[in-house]
Amino acid sequence: MTRTVPQEEELKPAPGAGARGGLLDDGSNDLRSLIIRNLRQSGIYVAFVAIVALFAVLTDGTLLSAGNITNLVLQYSYILVLAIGMVIVIIAGHIDLSVGSVVALTGAVSAVLVIQQGWPWWAGALAAIAVGLAVGAWHGFWVAYVGIPAFIVTLAGMLLFRGLTLQVLDNVSLSPFPSQYREVASGFLNGLIGGNGYDAFTLLIGAIAVAGYAFGAWRTRTARIRYEQPVGSMGLFIARIVLVGVVVMAFAWQLAHARGLPIVLIILGVLAIVYGLVTKRTVFGRQVYAIGGNLSAATLSGVKVKAVNFWIFVNMGFLTGIAGVIFSSRSNGAQPGAGEMFELDAIAAAFIGGAAVTGGVGTVVGAMVGGLIMAVMSNGMSLLGVDQSVQSVVKGLVLLLAVAFDVYNKRRAGAAR
Amino acid sequence: MDDHILEMRSITKTFPGVKALEDVSLAVRRGEVHAICGENGAGKSTLMKVLSGVYPSGSYDGEISFDGEVCRFSGIRDSEHVGIVIIHQELALVPYLSIAENIFLGNESRGRGGLIDWNKAHAKAAELLASVGLNENPETPVGQLGVGKQQLVEIAKALSKDVKLLILDEPTAALNDTDSAHLLGLLRRLQERGITSIMISHKLNEITAIADNVTIIRDGRTVETLSLHAGEVTQDRIIRGMVGRDLESYYPERESHPGEEVLRVEDWSVKHPTQDRLVVDRAAFDVRAGEVVGIAGLMGAGRTELAMSIFGRSYGRDVSGRLFMHGREVKARNVAEAIDNGIAYATEDRKKYGLNLIEDIRRNVSAAGLGKLSRRGWVNANEETKVAESSRRNMNIKAPSVSSIVGKLSGGNQQKVVLAKWLFTDPDVLILDEPTRGIDVGAKYEIYTIINQLVAAGKAVVVISSELPELLGICDRIYTLSAGRITGEVPVREATQESLMALMTKERETAA
Repeated sequence: MTRTVPQEEELKPAPGAGARGGLLDDGSNDLRSLIIRNLRQSGIYVAFVAIVALFAVLTDGTLLSAGNITNLVLQYSYILVLAIGMVIVIIAGHIDLSVGSVVALTGAVSAVLVIQQGWPWWAGALAAIAVGLAVGAWHGFWVAYVGIPAFIVTLAGMLLFRGLTLQVLDNVSLSPFPSQYREVASGFLNGLIGGNGYDAFTLLIGAIAVAGYAFGAWRTRTARIRYEQPVGSMGLFIARIVLVGVVVMAFAWQLAHARGLPIVLIILGVLAIVYGLVTKRTVFGRQVYAIGGNLSAATLSGVKVKAVNFWIFVNMGFLTGIAGVIFSSRSNGAQPGAGEMFELDAIAAAFIGGAAVTGGVGTVVGAMVGGLIMAVMSNGMSLLGVDQSVQSVVKGLVLLLAVAFDVYNKRRAGAAR
Repeated sequence: MDDHILEMRSITKTFPGVKALEDVSLAVRRGEVHAICGENGAGKSTLMKVLSGVYPSGSYDGEISFDGEVCRFSGIRDSEHVGIVIIHQELALVPYLSIAENIFLGNESRGRGGLIDWNKAHAKAAELLASVGLNENPETPVGQLGVGKQQLVEIAKALSKDVKLLILDEPTAALNDTDSAHLLGLLRRLQERGITSIMISHKLNEITAIADNVTIIRDGRTVETLSLHAGEVTQDRIIRGMVGRDLESYYPERESHPGEEVLRVEDWSVKHPTQDRLVVDRAAFDVRAGEVVGIAGLMGAGRTELAMSIFGRSYGRDVSGRLFMHGREVKARNVAEAIDNGIAYATEDRKKYGLNLIEDIRRNVSAAGLGKLSRRGWVNANEETKVAESSRRNMNIKAPSVSSIVGKLSGGNQQKVVLAKWLFTDPDVLILDEPTRGIDVGAKYEIYTIINQLVAAGKAVVVISSELPELLGICDRIYTLSAGRITGEVPVREATQESLMALMTKERETAA
């Protein structure tokens, strides 16, 4: 590419291009422009902190008490698991309305096998996940290979799998699970290395998590420097790690003073890290964003759209299976009506977390924070004794505002174009 | 003696940065068939949109008088009200509604109580259908009719509105010979009933056969209006009017050293995805290493369809024919296989088919070549940035960084991102569909320079373009395409705009 051409001066930017370039020229890395540029993504964290602070004050600190934080994690874990799968489905431009019914079905299968048939607890859990995978493959087949919109396929699935749940359970609830199975959702890892009035193991895991985060951030930073990419200032970098460290350790400290480290939190943490990496760093993740961003362009770039769509739904089924295990474990049995409205909580979490209605935008972390916002609001309002009806109204408005914010942002971006 | 039903005087219409029409005048006599012709992008459709009120009065300069009165239309309803009806190339019928419902859509005659009297409507519709020579039940859903019959429904709809001036935009582009002949015959009969028609068309034989006068538009200006009555205006004469401009001299120099054959296509046929007609008909062409080959054709000739069907069968159905890369036959049944075989295709519509506008430069550049940036499914993001950064520098993409969102770049820079994406797949042959559409002069020069660098590096390049000067300026050889068939292959030294245009408008019977 070293060939020179005559009339080099003609290569100068055309008059219009210069002005346009100026408009965009904010490649600087100072904090303010960083925040403004990432308002869509960072807005969610600001909102989360504000909501936590609001309810912490309103409840006189009860919200952030050791016992309540533990409860929060236990209560909303399955919604967060569903939100991870849902945000991937939404990024690709689909939707899944069936997850509530599938949570019920997977839990029911597990309950029948473990409680009625006397299978070991882990076999029941694996069977639930297998059912989830099968349901995902079913949805994926209709969406990807037959070409039916996911809205219809999963609406049908919502009815279909609710009906199958009733069949499997013969219309009655099953309980109780053996104690090992219950541990999944309500067990704790504690006392492993002692501690004086607090659980040292929980603190150790917290510390390992912070160290892992710092190490990962450092590696990314050095790699960027090696590739001569711009990086933020060292001060900002350290501040970020310190901030994350303080929040994580405070959280761990509270847990350590209550009942220790919930097993379900470990499951969630692993899923969050794995799926965060899958969406950001793998070819599959890239293709999901590409399909949602511009289906035609993705197809013409060689993305095997059908296969990707299929696996997106298989993955959603896998995570729904896990959520089914957690939920049945937490409720210590299976009920015909389990999991109703879970799909809406998961969808709301994804949208509040910054996913775009039109696809192509969204993050796993955002969806989890979106889920946590819903969780903190429900929990906080319950602590305050707010009536369920009012809670529902408030949650509805929050969802509406979050998406309105997204649409407003997009219109502004469109105007700048 | 001149009884003009329509006079458009000094129409000038500007879009941001572009003058689409400049001082265009058009006079149409009562009861004539008036043809308008010009190259793609000459401004024909814009002029008709001004006339029909799609661009409301005030958004352009100049004056329109119809039936002796000065008109200021603020929308299509106004122009229809005085009797001007436009039938667009893409038909505006609702496929699930019946013929009668479509004819009276938006114009339903209500009986007592505001309800539609369907018996009356069907009777009226049957009458209208008879007058356009369409023998169908008015209750048949429009979607069940072929394109030719749908066109007739559109005309029946226009007649129901007491049309005085009927405008047809490329009415026969999608029709077969029988349907075209029927339609042209219908225009004659309407003429006898006193209805004036304006017909935009690329088919010069149809124009000379049916039109009374032809107005030629070039680069947003009226060139001339020729009377076809005397019989001395030939198709060649019209072609000269359409292309008669100077070759603008901003094509970078290049020495041509064609090498081995890279791509060869034989006997390539493609069917329209929904209609039963061949869009590409037994086409054959080849490209050599270090060679730029042009494909010239008017709109609807099947240029894009040919390219996309080669590129992993991205268009059409029943694709048949043989595809050779470096002399060896290959199957490219999907895009991934086409890319693996060293074929790249940069689309004519970069916003719709080429780019993910909400993502940044980096992710668009890597979109087709992620395999080269990843190991066992994991993408090396730093390597990706490095690649994007080097394309940004080499191609002079004007953006603050590779994290800039592609949707916010100018057209020329977007086009460079598209090129960067395909160059990263390291193709042997690069098919560029309208690579300079909608971008400014400076960026065009840069695109030409990049093309020259590619062929200097031994790549084969196919350029599809509507702009003949562009093809003449950058190609070594040019194929012409008309109605899905290759009608000529001309070395650029021997080609002129006139000779190409003649081949591009060559009709079926002579092509066989």
